[in-house]
Amino acid sequence: MNETTSATAAPLARLIDEFHRLPGIGPKSAQRLAYYLLRMPPADAQALAAAILEVKERVTLCSICQNVTEVDPCRVCTDERRDRATICVVEEPLDILALERSHSYQGLYHVLHGAISPMDGIGPEDLKMTELLQRLRSDEVREIILATNPNLEGEATAMYLTRLLKPLGVKVTRLARGLPVGGDLEYADDVTLARALEGRQEMQG
Amino acid sequence: MPLSARLYKTEAIVLRQRRLAEADRILTIYTPTLGKIDAKARGVRRTTSRMSGHLQPLTRCMLQLAQGHSMDVVTGCETLESFPALHEDLERLSRAMYAAELIDRFMPERAQSYPTYRLLLDTLRRLAEAESPDMVMRFAEMKLLDQSGFRPELEVCVGCGGQLAAEQNFFAPQSGGAVCRACATDVAGPRMMSLNALKVLRLLQRGSYTEVARLKVTEELAVETERHLRSYIVCVLERDVNAAAFIEKLRREVHRPVVEV
Repeated sequence: MNETTSATAAPLARLIDEFHRLPGIGPKSAQRLAYYLLRMPPADAQALAAAILEVKERVTLCSICQNVTEVDPCRVCTDERRDRATICVVEEPLDILALERSHSYQGLYHVLHGAISPMDGIGPEDLKMTELLQRLRSDEVREIILATNPNLEGEATAMYLTRLLKPLGVKVTRLARGLPVGGDLEYADDVTLARALEGRQEMQG
Repeated sequence: MPLSARLYKTEAIVLRQRRLAEADRILTIYTPTLGKIDAKARGVRRTTSRMSGHLQPLTRCMLQLAQGHSMDVVTGCETLESFPALHEDLERLSRAMYAAELIDRFMPERAQSYPTYRLLLDTLRRLAEAESPDMVMRFAEMKLLDQSGFRPELEVCVGCGGQLAAEQNFFAPQSGGAVCRACATDVAGPRMMSLNALKVLRLLQRGSYTEVARLKVTEELAVETERHLRSYIVCVLERDVNAAAFIEKLRREVHRPVVEV
């Protein structure tokens, strides 16, 4: 796996290999991390190892919204102050953090854990869609907000979900697409500009 | 070498993209003069990226690239055609994704083929407009097989070389085409092929798109034609085309809605 295997102690080589398997870590970064850990105080290394084990042991998926959680159902799903009539559907758990940071959404979430990507062989059956449909069994939910990414896979996922959800009589909405704050009009692509024009709003004077 | 010598411009259709590091992507693009190449696009996963909208898959764009050590880097881009109709209809979009995957799988890297670029572009334009996106795809499949040197034999029997009688014959993907009844027992994996399916396949092979677009076929015949071509493509590629499974799923659900809540 890495070119230093023969010259490196076996446990160290194994650690380098393990790091190399992580996303975004190349062979050089893997070596750097492994040698850094080697020089770390034993207590810090123990803490890191314990944190990794704890994540694997204690963090599960919420049985309702499929977000990662340590208590099931998760804190968002059990929060009495949140609006139980809206569900915001996102691709990844990290998207929930982004939405929460905006402080503009008070409803519930649903994590799909991916997006439909036919070319990579990821179909609707590989996502948490059945779980979403099950949540609609109760009459509480009135609106589903599709907050998948505004790229090809996200759009395909949103269109597919719309086909599933519309016949159930629930209101299906999609996050607005348009110009980002801090962006430049002259660099905007045609699709974004067309969507921004479609979604224009009257100024409050 | 002066810096400008490392820069070049090309038209391209984005076939696919995958994530790289924090906010980058690796694009697989198909160009008229360089064939299929991979290129790195930096920072395009940030919402304020000036390039990301121009680099979505199934977009025809003008790119400026800088030669890199392992991979060229996109330094500028502008949309030429974004095919909005494809992005509003899941049936069309799924076929367009299938077309992009097909080109990606058939074409080796840096194998230049202008006719194939033209075929991809025409296919995307036709998918955006055509009444039946499926016939557009059958035509594209047959032409792509032609252009990549895998033209199936549909005129004579691949077993004995004799003329095919006007009756039900067989199609043998592994032998490279149509087989007559007498030879069907000698070849591997023969599939029954109706006379009408043979006629449609021949028209797809010999005819122009205008002729094919005028063709009206029953659903049964369309499915049969699709199966023969698909079996042949799977045989040539030695693997399945992923996007085909999604198209199948959509088709099944139209006939039988999935929801029972």
